[in-house]
Amino acid sequence: MSSEKKKGRPRIAVFKFASCDGCQLSLLDAEDELLAVVGAVEIAYFPEATRTMLKGPYDIGLVEGSVITHGDAERIQEVRRKCKTLITIGACATAGGIQALRNWKDVDEFIRVVYASPQYISTLKMSTPIAEHVPVDFELRGCPINKYQLVELISATLAGRKPNIPTYSVCIECKRKANVCIAVARGIACLGPVTQAGCGALCPSYDRGCYGCYGPMETPNTASLTEQFRILGESNEQIQRAFRGFNAWAWQFREASEECQRK
Amino acid sequence: MTGTTRTIKVDTLARVEGEGSLYIKLVGERVTDVKLKIYEPPRMFEAFLRDRHFSEAADITARICGICPIAYQMSAVHAIERALGLRIDPAVRLLRRLFYCGEWIESHTLHVYMLHAPDFLGYADVIEMARDHREVVEKALRLKKTGNRIVQILGGREIHPISAAVGGFHRVPTKQQLRELVPDLEWALAAASEAVQWTSSLEFPIFEQDYELVALRHPDEYPFNEGRLVSNHGLNIDAAEYEDHFQELHVKHSNALHSIMRGRGSYLVGPLARFNLNYDKLPAIAQEAAAKVGLQPPVKNPFRSIIVRAVELVFACAEALRVIREYEPPAAARVEAPNRAGSGQAITEAPRGILYHRYALDENGLILSAKIIPPTSQNQRRIEDDLREYASHLVAWPLDEATWKCEQAIRNYDPCISCATHFLKLQIDRDA
Repeated sequence: MSSEKKKGRPRIAVFKFASCDGCQLSLLDAEDELLAVVGAVEIAYFPEATRTMLKGPYDIGLVEGSVITHGDAERIQEVRRKCKTLITIGACATAGGIQALRNWKDVDEFIRVVYASPQYISTLKMSTPIAEHVPVDFELRGCPINKYQLVELISATLAGRKPNIPTYSVCIECKRKANVCIAVARGIACLGPVTQAGCGALCPSYDRGCYGCYGPMETPNTASLTEQFRILGESNEQIQRAFRGFNAWAWQFREASEECQRK
Repeated sequence: MTGTTRTIKVDTLARVEGEGSLYIKLVGERVTDVKLKIYEPPRMFEAFLRDRHFSEAADITARICGICPIAYQMSAVHAIERALGLRIDPAVRLLRRLFYCGEWIESHTLHVYMLHAPDFLGYADVIEMARDHREVVEKALRLKKTGNRIVQILGGREIHPISAAVGGFHRVPTKQQLRELVPDLEWALAAASEAVQWTSSLEFPIFEQDYELVALRHPDEYPFNEGRLVSNHGLNIDAAEYEDHFQELHVKHSNALHSIMRGRGSYLVGPLARFNLNYDKLPAIAQEAAAKVGLQPPVKNPFRSIIVRAVELVFACAEALRVIREYEPPAAARVEAPNRAGSGQAITEAPRGILYHRYALDENGLILSAKIIPPTSQNQRRIEDDLREYASHLVAWPLDEATWKCEQAIRNYDPCISCATHFLKLQIDRDA
């Protein structure tokens, strides 16, 4: 975060699209690691944190947010050209985010509900993840991302090694914490079996079902979980809402929710 | 008098949450146009909240803002509890105050040290500042972490915590879990008092405005989740009357709606409003910290809001310690919240000012309509009014310095454009 030239240090840039800012804030929330991280790299572009905005190219580009405007659809192409390694962070960038709920609705009707003068608003009909627009080198999941996974990912990228970020389900994290399974023992609908780990099985540890912040695990059996939800007495509408959360447009969850619609 | 025309422009406003720009046009010493443009893409939460169950509102609306998710969760659950006619356990009420203390500590520390202080000291950012003021920045990070620890224990994680629920919490902490926070909070209380001293030693532009200040006011305490909405010009209403007194305007240059008070125009929400309207409700230790540096209401200089935030840090640390001392876990983490048709409104004090939510529910508990008015849309018109006045003082300044000063004036408000939609660009136009 400085205008001074720091030769040799990898240059990092942080870009924002449609999002809540929470994932880039994770970097500032890594209070114990922050000064070490910014000592090892050059923060070349990160408007949320600094007035200094240096021109590309950049070694690593972190992209938060989904594409929902024409301008952003063009901007992401330019961002890709400027970044050697492009990493998307969070559910908006990797799956379209909660704003992807518009993808099943009439966006013009949405605008009329929120804004008094719809003619001032220009937006796309769909909210789409970055990878639908440009090639992405790594997708870091989560709503929000896990700050330790982010630090691991940046370290691994700088070292040229594969990051240690598991793709198994939340169930594994529950077992590691010795949580009693809330779905089996208490009949609570839980997306844990089909959701990627990363949060530390937070919701089941707080007596509630997982709601899928980290998106689909590597090979999720959504059909089987849907069946299990029905046995627990969940209605089609409830199951559909469960899959249509912060990762609604991730294809495995999308198919599962559309399957409910057909029934 | 005619004179040269100059334009101040900032294409991407930095150190704010979200995306925006600024455009100011000066003719001679007169400011002829100010536009705080918010080009944050519209995500339209109020539209897709429809047909979701009320139990999902706290988790969904938290995603409006990664910096103040608890504010969204608190306004959502209180509005829905009102719609359902629920009464919460007094212990839950206390815990919600503690939850908010955590968010205020985290958010105010972020703003005071990482987003705002660099302006006063002439640094581009906190990292540059850390080179000369390492100890100050390290303390700030520890203070911020203390706020985040509170949120983590109550809500599982700092950003988008998962425990807030209609009727209470999904899970409440034990006394022991909260007591573990005490040593850090005692350290934080001392650090916050130092922050008041430190911020008061900064240099402040001479600039005072006669604001209409709007904040919650509660008979017994500095406000978080409850109270009447009052102003220094005689407003005194219940949350249910909010929309009778305030109006949202849609202006062409912004994806965020501007709020005005009907028939009265712009107003100010946030730390300055809370401090001026509720000084008598601050605990003695916070009043003393303010008095020591000569900060007394009415504070009318918006640049001094950085000291007010530090005073609120003292309050939040002291309040957190009080809650932890008094806490006895409730009989149940939450009261039952059966489906029922109804509508309810709530206003709570986000770090940046009042946040209004209204929901209408059907008999199955599904949301029929939602209305959300974040603090930054309420301050937007006021920020433009400040700049209109302030920019006229900067006519003789070199363009880059004038631009930086205008950015600093915007950051007085700690604007959260993600909330108000999301992105800020600054443009100061001055043709030669």
